[in-house]
Formats: sequence, C-alpha cells, structure tokens
Amino acid sequence: MSGQAETIKGGRDRTRTRTRMVPLPLLVPALLGLAFLLLPLVALLIRAPWRTLPEQLTSAEVWEALRLSLVCATAATALSLVIGVPLAWLLARTDFPGRGLVRALVTLPLVLPPVVGGVALLMALGRNGVAGQWLDEWFGITLPFTTTGVVLAETFVAMPFLVISVEGTLRAADPRYEEAATTLGASRFTAFRRVTLPLIAPGIAAGSVLAWARALGEFGATITFAGNFPGRTQTMPLAVYLALQNDPAAAIALSLVLLTVSIAVLAGLRDRWMTPS
Amino acid sequence: MTPPQLRAVVPLGRHGWAQRHPAGAGKQNPPPTPRHPHPHPHPHHHENSPHHTHPSDVHPMTDLDSTPPDQLTHRTHTDGLDAHLVVTRGPFHLDITLTAAPGEVVALLGPNGAGKTTALRALAGLTPLTAGHLHLDGTELHHTPPESRPVGVVFQDYLLFPHLTALDNVAFGPRCQGATKPAARAQAAEWLDRMGLTAHATAKPRNLSGGQAQRVALARALATRPRLLLLDEPLAALDARTRLEVRAQLRRHLADFEAVAVLVTHDPLDAMVLADRLVVIEHGRIVQEGTPSDIARRPRTDYIAQLVGLNLYKGQAAGHTVQLDSGPAITTTEDLAGPVFVAFPPSAVTLHRDRPTGSSARNLWRCEVAGLETHADQIRADLTGELPLAADLTTVAAAELDLHPGAAVWATVKATQTHAYPA
Repeated sequence: MSGQAETIKGGRDRTRTRTRMVPLPLLVPALLGLAFLLLPLVALLIRAPWRTLPEQLTSAEVWEALRLSLVCATAATALSLVIGVPLAWLLARTDFPGRGLVRALVTLPLVLPPVVGGVALLMALGRNGVAGQWLDEWFGITLPFTTTGVVLAETFVAMPFLVISVEGTLRAADPRYEEAATTLGASRFTAFRRVTLPLIAPGIAAGSVLAWARALGEFGATITFAGNFPGRTQTMPLAVYLALQNDPAAAIALSLVLLTVSIAVLAGLRDRWMTPS
Repeated sequence: MTPPQLRAVVPLGRHGWAQRHPAGAGKQNPPPTPRHPHPHPHPHHHENSPHHTHPSDVHPMTDLDSTPPDQLTHRTHTDGLDAHLVVTRGPFHLDITLTAAPGEVVALLGPNGAGKTTALRALAGLTPLTAGHLHLDGTELHHTPPESRPVGVVFQDYLLFPHLTALDNVAFGPRCQGATKPAARAQAAEWLDRMGLTAHATAKPRNLSGGQAQRVALARALATRPRLLLLDEPLAALDARTRLEVRAQLRRHLADFEAVAVLVTHDPLDAMVLADRLVVIEHGRIVQEGTPSDIARRPRTDYIAQLVGLNLYKGQAAGHTVQLDSGPAITTTEDLAGPVFVAFPPSAVTLHRDRPTGSSARNLWRCEVAGLETHADQIRADLTGELPLAADLTTVAAAELDLHPGAAVWATVKATQTHAYPA
C-alpha cells in the first residue's frame, strides 16, 4: 500500500521536473553519458549477423560453452548459498573480535581484479599450492584447469555479492523474531531455519541472482585458474573472446546471448531495484 | 522506603492453586531464606489439564491444616516462581526479588526505563543474570538457555512470524517440543478455538486486527504449556476501544491459567484489572508491592501517587497531627506516631479566593496557581506555595474563582478526607 503511494508521489515528482528547465551544463553531459552507455549495446544489435544467427547459435561449440556457463554459474551460486549465507549470518548476528576486518576481507574480491583472484587461487589450490599440494597428495584431487576449478573461480568472485546482500537483509530483519522463536523452544539453528531464513528469503533471492550473473560473466579468474579448454573450462565469456580473433560474427552472436541473459536478470530484479524506494 | 523483601503472597480463590490448597491461602510474608530444593525435580510440565496431579500433591506433606507455618513457607517457595534478578548493564542496575505462587498474576509496574522489560527478558533467559537466581517450581533455571525454559512470552508487538499462518504460529512451539506436524496443528487449532479465533486460523498475521494478533500471540505462548507466562505491555499496541475488550478477555484467560503469570505494564489500570499483586519498580528497584487496592490506597512514592491520582506527603506523626518533612502540618483522623505517609485525592481539596472564615477544615494553606489543565469535565489545578498539591474543581467553580496561573488561593482539606499510614 505504501509502495503504491510512493509510486504516485514519484510520478508527481517527475511531472514537476519535466515542467522546469534542466540547466544545460547538466543536460549535455547527462545525455552524453546515456549515449555512451547505450551506443555499444545498439552497435551490437546493428552489427549482429541476424541472417546467420540461427546457425551460429545452434553450433555445437556455442551450446557447449553455454551449457558449461549455465552449469558452472548455477553450481557456483549453489556453493555460495551453502557457505555464504551462514557467513552472512555470522557477520550480522554475532560479535567476535576482528569482525570488521573479516567483513572487509569478505568484500575484497568485489574490488580485486579477477585475474589477481585467479593467480591467488592457483597459489592456494594449484598443484603446488598452499592447500592444493595436500589435496593432490592425500586425495589425488587436482582443481586447476578442471570444471570444478571454473566453479571455484566463479564462487570466489561471486560469493561476496551474495554475502553482502544477505548480510544487509539480516541486519534489517528484526532479531527479536529469533528471540520469540527461542522462547517457543527453538534452538538457535531451528530459529534460523524456520524463522530467519523465510524472513530473509527476498534478500537471499536477490543476492543469488547477483552472484549468478557475476559468475556467468566471470572471465579473468576463470581463464587464469581453469584455463580455456573447450567443453571442460571454456565458458561463454572465454568463447566470446576466442571467437573474436577468428570469427567476429560468432562473437557477436554469443554476446547477444549474454546480453539477453543480463536483461532477463535485470527484469528479475526490477521489483527490488527499479522501483523508487 | 519499603525493603524489597517485603511481600504479601495473596493467592486468590479464583485460582486452582488456592482451591487445591485452602490452608495455603492468606499465608503472609515468607522469610526470603533459606531455600529448600524441591525433592522431586520435575522439568517437564506438559500436562496442564485440570485433572493434572500437581507436583506438590505427591509431596509427603498431606495434612495441610496441621502443617507448621514454616513448612507452608517451604511450599510457597517450592511451587511457582522464586527469583532474585540482578542485571547490570553499563550504568543501569536492576536488582529485584520476585516470588509468585502458581495461579498468581503479578504485574511489574513502573515508569519507562525502570527495568521492567529487562526483568522480563531475564526471566525468559534472553538477558543473562549478572547475579541472583531463578527457580521455577523448585527447578533451577538461571543457567538454562531460553529454549529449554518452561517459559512463554507474549511480546509487546507480539512478534508473530509474518510468513506463517495464525495456526502455524501457534503450532510452532509444540513442533519445537517434538510434536509431529499433525499433532502440533491439532493442538494449535484447539488453542485458537479457545481464543475464539478458529475463523482466522489460516490468516497471515498482517491480516489480523490488533486484538486478534494479541490473542494469537497469547495462544502461541500458552501452547508450549509454560509454567511461567510473561507478558510485555500486552495491551500497549492496541487502540483505546480494542484495549477495553482485549483487557477483559485477557483477564479471563489469565484467570484460567494455573501457573505463574508476570506482566509488565506502565498503565496502572491494566495492572489493577489483570493482576492479583502489583510490584512497582523504579530505577531498577522495587519501591512497593501489594494488592492493587492496597497500592491504590496507600502509595509510597510520588510516581505511584501520581499513577493512582493522589496527593502524597511524608512526615512525622504525633497523634492526629502529621508534621511534613518539608512544609506545614496536616491534621488527620488516624492516631499514629513516627514516620508516616499522608494521602488525599485532588477532589478533596476546596479552593477559596479569600481566607475562609468559620470553615470546619483544619487544614488550610496559602497557595499559588502554577498551572491549570482540563481533566474530562473537571479542571485540575496545580498549586505551589505552602504545600504543593493538585486540586480538582468544576469548570464553573474555576470560573467563579477567576483562577489563572499566578492567582493566590487558599486551599482547605478536611481531616476526614485524608488518609495517613505508617511509612
């Protein structure tokens, strides 16, 4: 109800803005900025090989890359949920020494160049890595240059989006609901599972979409840590980059697919971010 | 001021406890120490039917009439609530002793920030005790986590889980206690039926009215079969009209509840209607305890006097004259000696513009009007001067006296209208 009222108010504000003159020093850069953002997308549509598009998109290579991308991004999102939501809960609901530092470290991958992330993953989980050598020696597990490696690289880059989103929702949620559950005999974990989790579901969904989109577009960490093997580690972004060297039309076609996915994600988040709050 | 230990356990006849143990009724002031651990610890109280054998019924003491008083004291200590709550958080310090017999409803009354809610949270285990103890039906609880305490809480804004229906909100507790989903729902349906809410069982909390939400919250708390029911400002979230109706319903449900109920309120009317005994807290300490009528007649602090609408003074009595600690003497009908309180209602005060002659009133003071406000169809005058007091008069009288802030008046109070009692 209040959202409706706000929308109406927002509409009125827009009307008022339109009737007044926008100063030129603001209008010109604003339009330039808009053009700068839109032109590349329009160019992509203009230069798209519309005639050969069906063939381009039905080639085995494209399907292989698309399938791998979707599988890996989904797996990375699932992994982020399993370890990221509890991490967000820990950051939002408990108090331990150095919590601020931990929080900063969790968000580091957001600003870290993905290639650096890939190198760091190699140093940690590579065959001679800090933890990787033991994985190899004890369990015979090798992670770099495998599909699992792609999932790990994408998780490393995408999970902070989920953690930040869920932590914010948790902080906004009233912790007294958990207290109420506790007085009804629920352990802290039961209270989390049966009360907190349903309450923060919208935040988890939004965080998952963000993480999934980020994982889908991952390039730097993936190519550094997992390489570029068609069918095994070659995801869509990697395929696009490779195609651009020998077959620009294919690159455009692949880019259109990713653009479509991005627009779908944006549409999915519309209710959350596109309406004035 | 009253020592915190002073308490009168007054089990009322309408409660099961008093009916089951008639000899225990009217037992006064059990000594606070020593404590006797209950010989039969009984942590599980899930059978609250009227036919339920009360734990103390199997106690070796059977002949209540011949039981020496100290063993009765032991009984009141063993059953029900016995708590000494000490919570220190920064500058705030709570230190209160609370006891209550099963079936008793105790109201914690006090101004905002007095520590009422902290006391309630400490009883529920949501705020840890700094010191003290908490025993419920002889079982030590102060180290027990909240989820394992047989304590139910009705929160101020109810905190119904917004994603669950009314039925599933009520079924939450039984589910957590291990009931199967169908069994928990059946129990919940029974509770909703008892609250007259069957029609709203499938409603989400946001579709319930304030009064309905309050009853769902009460049903949810009772469905865990608590031995201690805590209510935090149970009526504060309701509008005036709903409040009246819900207060009457709540009173009925509390009367049916056979374990201890503690409610927190800053509204004296709620406290007096709902509770058998009031515990008034100010600044984290108990300043007065007693039955509602006792507290209403004999307030012992300015806060309580204001709540119940009385002028209150402290002084030294010598016969019928009370020399106030600061101010003039008041003539009373009671014949007392030593430190006393004197109270009289604002309606007992008569105001005169000129010094009255031939008045029978022995208490005559020269005052000045500090402020005036409308109280329903009356005018409440705030007076300063010889004796600061509040006086009620009709609008007509106020107009005839030409009262205005700064006006000089004479105030008289008849001795028969005052009430003096030992401090």
